[in-house]
Amino acid sequence: MSDQPDQDVDLSIPMVPDMELAATAVADSFGTFMGLDSDKVEEVKIALVEACINSFEHSESKERRIDVNFSIDDVGLVVSINDGGSGFDLEEAKTKVAEKRNEGIGDRGWGLTLIHELMDEVKIVTTSKGTLVRMVKYR
Amino acid sequence: MAEVNGDVAFIDAPNYVNNQAAEIIAVECSELIDAGTVKLVLNLSEAKLVNSVGIAIIIEIIEKAIEKSGSFGFCNVSPTIEKTFKIMGLTQLAQIYPDQDTALDQLK
Repeated sequence: MSDQPDQDVDLSIPMVPDMELAATAVADSFGTFMGLDSDKVEEVKIALVEACINSFEHSESKERRIDVNFSIDDVGLVVSINDGGSGFDLEEAKTKVAEKRNEGIGDRGWGLTLIHELMDEVKIVTTSKGTLVRMVKYR
Repeated sequence: MAEVNGDVAFIDAPNYVNNQAAEIIAVECSELIDAGTVKLVLNLSEAKLVNSVGIAIIIEIIEKAIEKSGSFGFCNVSPTIEKTFKIMGLTQLAQIYPDQDTALDQLK
């Protein structure tokens, strides 16, 4: 059995405006703890803001809370957000964004793009517990 | 509150430019544009975080300024926020200045 304690941080936040800042505060501390470059921490924070507000807007979770987990793996910082909702269809979301932009309701729907551009790995899956967004920032 | 220097107005952004903050900025900018000050610079020296909804609201104001033959710029932008702006195409619509003095020099 390892003597090293589990270094994960788990956070549960309510789906309330600006509560994404609780998650970014933890990202700040966790990034500093693992010695991640400050510019990379700032990029994680913006991606995390987008992931949280996407969950707040689209999750059909009855509990109206999201779970955020921070962990370190071999390559860097891993942030996972689980929204407890009913799942997410990425292709349907992309289609809706394209439709809105064509109708000129245009400047929304950038969240996923920002997440993909600011993080090094992004995986979005539907699980039995809702939509899971797993993002990795390399050291 | 905006600081008007000649025909250029500088507006300070708060620490988190979310949709609420962007709405306040948008109202202020709109009033300036309607009053004839169409060269606007958003000072991001205090801004550490932005979100895409807030940026989308700011894009609307940029478009309004351009429509009135004005311009919109940003100064004191952190590297991460600048990268975010580039991803969203904002840097094609607005100029980024290193600081307020440079913005003023270039816009006079």
